[in-house]
Amino acid sequence: MAEATIREAGPVGMVTFRGDLGAEPVQRALGEVAGLDLPERGRAAIGARTLLWMSPDELMLVCDRGEAGALAADLSARLDGVHHLALDISDARTVLVVEGAVREVLAKLAPVDLHPSVFPVGAFRRTRLNQVAAAFWLVSETEARVICFRSVAEYVRKLLDISAEAPVAGLYD
Amino acid sequence: MSTRLSRGGRKIERRRAVSFTFDGRKMTGFEGDTLASALLANGQTVVGRSFKYHRPRGIVASGAEEPNALMNLGEGGRFEPNQRATTQELYDGLTAESQNRWPNLDFDVGAINARLSRFLPAGFYYKMFIHPRPLWKHVYEPFIRRSAGLGKAPKHRDADTYEHLYAYADVLVAGGGIAGLQAALSAAEAGARVLLVEQTAHWGGRAPLDAPDIDGIPAGSWVRQAVDRLEAMENVTLRLRTMAAGLYDHGYALLYERLGDHMAVPDGPRHRLWRVRAAQTIVATGAIERPLSFAGNDLPGVMLASAVRDYVVDYGVSPGDRTVIVTNNDDAYRTAIALHEAGLVVPAILDARPEARGALPERVRALGIRVETGRGIASAKGGKGVKSVSVCLQAGEGASLEEIACDAVAMSGGWSPVVHLWSHVGGKLLWDEGAAMFRPDGAKPPTGADGAAMAICAGAANGALLTGAVLSDAAEAGRRAAAASGHEAGEGPVPGVEEVPEQPLVPVWLMPQGAGRDKRAKMWLDYQNDVKVSDVRLAAQEGYESVEHTKRYTTLGMATDQGKLSNINGLAILSNALNAPIPQVGTTTFRPPYTPISMGAIAGAARDEVFQPVRRTPIHAWHEAHGADWEPVGQWRRPYCYRRGSESREEAVRREVLNTRQKLGLLDASTLGKIVVKGPDAGRFLDMLYTNMMSTLPIGKCRYGLMCNEQGFLIDDGVVARLSEDSWLCHTTTGGADRIHAHMEEWLQTEWWDWKVYVANVTEAYAQIAVVGPHARDVLEKLGGMDVGREALPFMHWAEGEIAGIPARVFRISFSGELSYEIAVPASRGQELWDRLIEAGAEFGAMPYGTECLHVLRAEKGFIMVGDESDGTISPRDLNLDWALSKKKDDYIGKRGMERSFLADPERWKLVGLQSTDGSVLPEGGYAVASGQNANGQRNVEGRITSTYYSPTLDRGIAMALIRRGTERMGETVRIGTLDGGAVAARIVDPVVYDKDGEKLHG
Repeated sequence: MAEATIREAGPVGMVTFRGDLGAEPVQRALGEVAGLDLPERGRAAIGARTLLWMSPDELMLVCDRGEAGALAADLSARLDGVHHLALDISDARTVLVVEGAVREVLAKLAPVDLHPSVFPVGAFRRTRLNQVAAAFWLVSETEARVICFRSVAEYVRKLLDISAEAPVAGLYD
Repeated sequence: MSTRLSRGGRKIERRRAVSFTFDGRKMTGFEGDTLASALLANGQTVVGRSFKYHRPRGIVASGAEEPNALMNLGEGGRFEPNQRATTQELYDGLTAESQNRWPNLDFDVGAINARLSRFLPAGFYYKMFIHPRPLWKHVYEPFIRRSAGLGKAPKHRDADTYEHLYAYADVLVAGGGIAGLQAALSAAEAGARVLLVEQTAHWGGRAPLDAPDIDGIPAGSWVRQAVDRLEAMENVTLRLRTMAAGLYDHGYALLYERLGDHMAVPDGPRHRLWRVRAAQTIVATGAIERPLSFAGNDLPGVMLASAVRDYVVDYGVSPGDRTVIVTNNDDAYRTAIALHEAGLVVPAILDARPEARGALPERVRALGIRVETGRGIASAKGGKGVKSVSVCLQAGEGASLEEIACDAVAMSGGWSPVVHLWSHVGGKLLWDEGAAMFRPDGAKPPTGADGAAMAICAGAANGALLTGAVLSDAAEAGRRAAAASGHEAGEGPVPGVEEVPEQPLVPVWLMPQGAGRDKRAKMWLDYQNDVKVSDVRLAAQEGYESVEHTKRYTTLGMATDQGKLSNINGLAILSNALNAPIPQVGTTTFRPPYTPISMGAIAGAARDEVFQPVRRTPIHAWHEAHGADWEPVGQWRRPYCYRRGSESREEAVRREVLNTRQKLGLLDASTLGKIVVKGPDAGRFLDMLYTNMMSTLPIGKCRYGLMCNEQGFLIDDGVVARLSEDSWLCHTTTGGADRIHAHMEEWLQTEWWDWKVYVANVTEAYAQIAVVGPHARDVLEKLGGMDVGREALPFMHWAEGEIAGIPARVFRISFSGELSYEIAVPASRGQELWDRLIEAGAEFGAMPYGTECLHVLRAEKGFIMVGDESDGTISPRDLNLDWALSKKKDDYIGKRGMERSFLADPERWKLVGLQSTDGSVLPEGGYAVASGQNANGQRNVEGRITSTYYSPTLDRGIAMALIRRGTERMGETVRIGTLDGGAVAARIVDPVVYDKDGEKLHG
């Protein structure tokens, strides 16, 4: 039992960004502000901050809570005249940290192939956890970060707890 | 009588005795027994009563196909009906109870039904439908109630837990017999990710009993080696006690893993439902032996030949001292050998074929066992168990040639491939005349999204019944599946087999072939639903030609076993009665699940607190601690009202309304949808989305807007605020946030993909609190931080700043008719602002109010509520909102729709206020009745109530309604129907009954 532990990450800064991810000014502004290369499709770029690939024209910048507003403003200032959207939406979502048998815990809740060959460390997926929208990425083999909307954080927390407390299914031994 | 043999039993552990109870009687078995084998070992040959005639029934099979031995299992929170004794592993303390008998198994009152059997023919229920009502109430209904249903419904909460698991594979192999093992090996050796599942607790299927040596070693040893090899491979996952329950489109499969059914208290979840996506599925599910249709074939002691040898060899159980074997094929001779080797007597083998000269019959003859060809059973005789069989010519009409005393009969009518999974997802079958079986048509497989085959049948499931053929077929299937899922499959070795050749069977659908009416009425096809040969023939006689209709008319194959034993025999009888070939009559449709799966497994973890998600606002906990009476709004929970002390709901709402009108009310409005729309084309986009003009809205101002669908029906409303030159904030209804966000994205992605607009749903980023009432400004000024004065922030303006030190956007908007501010702050600071408002508002009489108060306040002002005044068939014009329909714009979504004659019809029901002449609250949902009747004989109506409340402000009922030509009929009286058939008079009035001039709201 208890093959994994779940905890809330605490205050996390989140900036939603939409724009033409292939355009040079957008790439430059994001690269400079985030301090990261843009992630490939379905991946998270992990460094001091994290950039998540949300869709072909959307990224999420995960940062310290205190800097989110300034980073969003910085992006917009650098992209003055370039069509884009950058918003500090830190409070819209909750980040949960799963440590331990993360593939097992998530495989009971999300329709995602978590096999290491398909979902390696650094992979990111928008999906659902049982009945609600959620997303997660693997920080390491034993740590995943789960994002869900704030209003359902308690539900997601309980789902993850239930999943973590059950014996492992042995799918990713 | 059945009993435990002194030796033998491949699957049992004789040193470990296990005790259990059956109908309250204590019995013992061994570890490794199934409940069925343990019952037989204890001499329990009668295990239940049949559904319709309450005939005593015994165990027929040894696996998932068992129709008779259904049990109520467990007690209290672990009680479960209709569990098959043949698939239930025995554990210490198991309690089982027989079903469908009263008062007990030996003496059953319902058995009288058997005497009445000629009054219970095929299609009984259908025939009775045409009879008069009183007969139903007094005769049929009580009768059917007593006969209906096998097990009891559980009465307690389920004590166990369940879970789902999502898994992915290149190749899913369903079935862990030698076909499944070989297919898995071939696929895995080619590098495919393989998931291999077996429904029982043992690998190898029938091979350890029936197969010759494989690769020079006994089949059982080969199975062990194959499992060892698979377990050592990283790309293979193996699971026992896991049934492939269903195969669906796009390679989706449901697997049912029974983790805890073989123990008293599961160590974790009891069942796990695997939700699998596999590129290819190999159906290696084996075959099921068919019974033979002879008179008395349902007596306890009559069993499938394969089951007889399973009980002898696997469990060391003798089904009887003297077992007569009746067959139409060579395979059943294996049972004679097994019985002989166990020291039991086989008085005779009755082989319906004219001759039996195959290797197995010759071996049996060499053992000194009597083999009679061209013979069949005229009838099996006995009461609660078979006592003898009378032998006849298969070719004749059943004249008895001799009587053979016996206490068991082993029957075999050939084998039917288990094609269920293949058929679930659309794979076609063909009739194999030689083998007398439906087998998968390899040329018409189920296809995936790419139009290519997504499933392959292998081994016995593919109609290959001999060991060598099974293995080569499976190896080929494994390689093909690996190749189809993108792996290079070489020519792997196929295990060598010294085959025991078998001679072909001869189809036998009726025994003897000329059996008369009396005999046919005693030949059971479907044991569980009590359907006999005579029933199917009667259906044919009454004009049923389709097998699907016959199935429903006779209930053949409609019991919990879904006709695993009866389908082929039944349709052969039908085809014979119709004089049509079997393939022309066809089969019924196979539907998932293969055998029933638990409701718990389907629900998974979704129970109790996580039964469904509850969305909580940032202030949810406070509401909960302060008497909130919850109302579900979508998945949100919103306080309907806050009850104080012994207050009723009505009293609480009344207090909240009066307090908000007179002093100060606070509303948690966080659930309102908030969508940011930004870009050079954002104004143009909003002009298309809303019926009114949004591009002209000045920065810093708000405007109420309506959204329609293309048909011109109202779909949402809300206040839009212009944030900057190129960005707007759109408020939606609580339930509309996700829907309107999707609506916007859809138009942007499909129709106006070249417009430069981005939208973001920021609903959850903010807490929003409505501060409402004459003291609204006072409390905000007390908290301080920004100028919210009349001039600085007039009605329908917004401003950004700080309130009580919290960054805030303050909207001067009102849904109540009072002086009102809606304050949006970061969600994480919502509780803080609420606390400060409650605290600072105390001196002004601040009280929180709920959704019902909100409804009353808006109704007093005549404000519409999407979902009350609108229902998807209402246009803004119906609601007198013409002022919000821009005439300047060339186009917007819904403009054309509203121009259609139907929506422009002056006869349409229009929104008005209603006031009951006696001051009472008009009935919710009430219709305005008119004179006369419509074409359907229903009372004519001329309108309906959309909102109705008690107004504490006016101390009388108020209502809004849609009334035919309502706006032209001010002052007229209409009649509103009440539930008791009466009517209340109501006058048509202006819907605005409070502060018509809006002085308070602008205050």
